[in-house]
Amino acid sequence: MGWFSKFINSSIGKKFIMAVMGSFLMIFLIIHLIGNFTLFFGPNAFNGYVKTLDSIKPLIRVIEVVLLAAFVFHIYYGTLLWWENKKTQGGKFIGKYKINGSKQNSSFSARTTFITGSIIFIFLVLHLGTFFWRFNVYDPQNLAENHQYFVIVNEFFQIWWYVALYVIAVILLGYHLNHGFQSAFQTFGWNNKKYFPFIQKTGTVYAIIMALGFASMPIYFFFFYGGNL
Amino acid sequence: MTNTNINLTLNIWRQESADAKGDFEQFKVTVSSDASILEMLDELNNKLEKEGKIPIAFESDCREGICGTCGLVVNGHPHGPLPKIATCQLHMRNFKDGETLFIEPFRATAFKVIKDLIVDRSGFDKIQQAGGFVSFNTGSAPDANAIPIPKEIASLALDSAECIGCGACVAACKNSSAMLFVGAKVSQFALLPQGQPERYERVMNMVAAMDEAGFGSCTNTYACEAECPKGISVTNIARMNRDYFMAVIKK
Repeated sequence: MGWFSKFINSSIGKKFIMAVMGSFLMIFLIIHLIGNFTLFFGPNAFNGYVKTLDSIKPLIRVIEVVLLAAFVFHIYYGTLLWWENKKTQGGKFIGKYKINGSKQNSSFSARTTFITGSIIFIFLVLHLGTFFWRFNVYDPQNLAENHQYFVIVNEFFQIWWYVALYVIAVILLGYHLNHGFQSAFQTFGWNNKKYFPFIQKTGTVYAIIMALGFASMPIYFFFFYGGNL
Repeated sequence: MTNTNINLTLNIWRQESADAKGDFEQFKVTVSSDASILEMLDELNNKLEKEGKIPIAFESDCREGICGTCGLVVNGHPHGPLPKIATCQLHMRNFKDGETLFIEPFRATAFKVIKDLIVDRSGFDKIQQAGGFVSFNTGSAPDANAIPIPKEIASLALDSAECIGCGACVAACKNSSAMLFVGAKVSQFALLPQGQPERYERVMNMVAAMDEAGFGSCTNTYACEAECPKGISVTNIARMNRDYFMAVIKK
C-alpha cells in the first residue's frame, strides 16, 4: 500500500478528508448566500447576478466539478465513517447502554451529524433537481433571453411544502455546520485552550447566519412577496 | 461525620462470558453513605457468597483513582455521574435514599465482556506496545535541569501523562474511539525532548495499532473529555492529528 492510500484509509486520514471537503463546502456556502441575497433586491438584481455568473461559464463549470467532488467525498467518507463506527458499538453480546449519558456529555449537533447530513443530502438532490436543472438544463436559452430566473425562484417558493422542506433543511444545516465548523479545526489539529472557545463561538455564529440567511429567502417569497412580479 | 445508611435499588449487569447473553439482575441494598461504590459491591458480594450465590465480577486495584483498573458505567456515565473521579472514588453519599442505579460494564466491540462488569481492555495494551514508550536506555535519573524543559511544557506533558488508561473515553464515545487515550499517550512523549527521536514513528505505529484493534474514528463530540476521570483534554487528540499529518509527510 502506498503512503497516500495508507493515509486515507486510516481513521485520522478519513477524518482529514471529511474536514478538507467540509471546509471547502463551508466557504462555498458563504459565496452562495451572498449571491442569493440579490433576490431581495428584485428581479433585475437577481437576473443580473445569474447573467454575470453565466458570462464566466467556463470558470463556473470548473468550480462545479470541484464542488461535486467535494460533495461526493464528504458524503462517501461520512457514510463510510458512520458505517464503520456503527460496527464498533454493540454487537450480539455487547448491547447498548440501558441508560445513556450522552445528552450530558456531548452536544446535540455533534451527536446528530449523520442524521442532519442525510436529510441535507435529500434536500440537496431536490434543490439540484429544481433550481439547478431549471437554470442549466431545461431550456436555459429561453430563460436567459426572457430574464426568467427570478420568476422561477418565485414559482418554487410559492409551493408550501417546498418552502417548508427548504426551511427545515437549512435549519438542520445550521446544526450540521455548528458541529462541522469547530470539528474541522480540531481534526486539522488546530485546537488549544486559548483560542478554541473563540473558534467554537465563531462556528455557532456562522451556522446561525447560514441557517437564517438561507431560510429567509423562501420565507420572504412565500409570506411577503406573494407571486407579485 | 455522621454515618447514615441509604437504601438503593441496584440493577447490575450479569454476563457469564463474552459469548453469553447478559441481562440486569436487581438487588436491594442498604449501604453506608460513606462507602464507595466498590465497597458497596464488596458488601453485596459477601452477602451473595454467604447465600451460596455467585458474586458479581468487577475489577479494582488501588482504590485511590490512580491505577485505572476499576471502571463501571453508573447511570449512563463511565465512572459515574461526577466529574474527574474514578469509580473507586464515587461515594454513596452522592446518591439519594431510595434511588435506582444502573451499573453496566464499559460497552464497546473492542472491549469484550469477560464476565459481568469486567471487560477485556487488551486493545489498549496492543496500542501501547506499538509505541507508547521510549526504546533507548534513559539511564538513571539525570541531574536536575540537565535537559532544560520549560515549566509550561513539562506541565502539559504531565497533564497528558495523567491518563490512567482506564478506557472511559472509549466507553463514553458513541463511536468507541480510543483517540483520547492514544492522543494522551502520544502527547506525553511528543512534548518532551526524550520523545523526539521516535516522535513520528510512534504516532504512525500507535494509530495503526488503534485502527487494527477495532476502535472507531473520532467525530469530535468531546464526550471523552467530559467523562475522563483525569480530565484529559481533547487538545491531545488535536496534537496527535498534527503529529500524524507530519508523520505522513516525513516518514
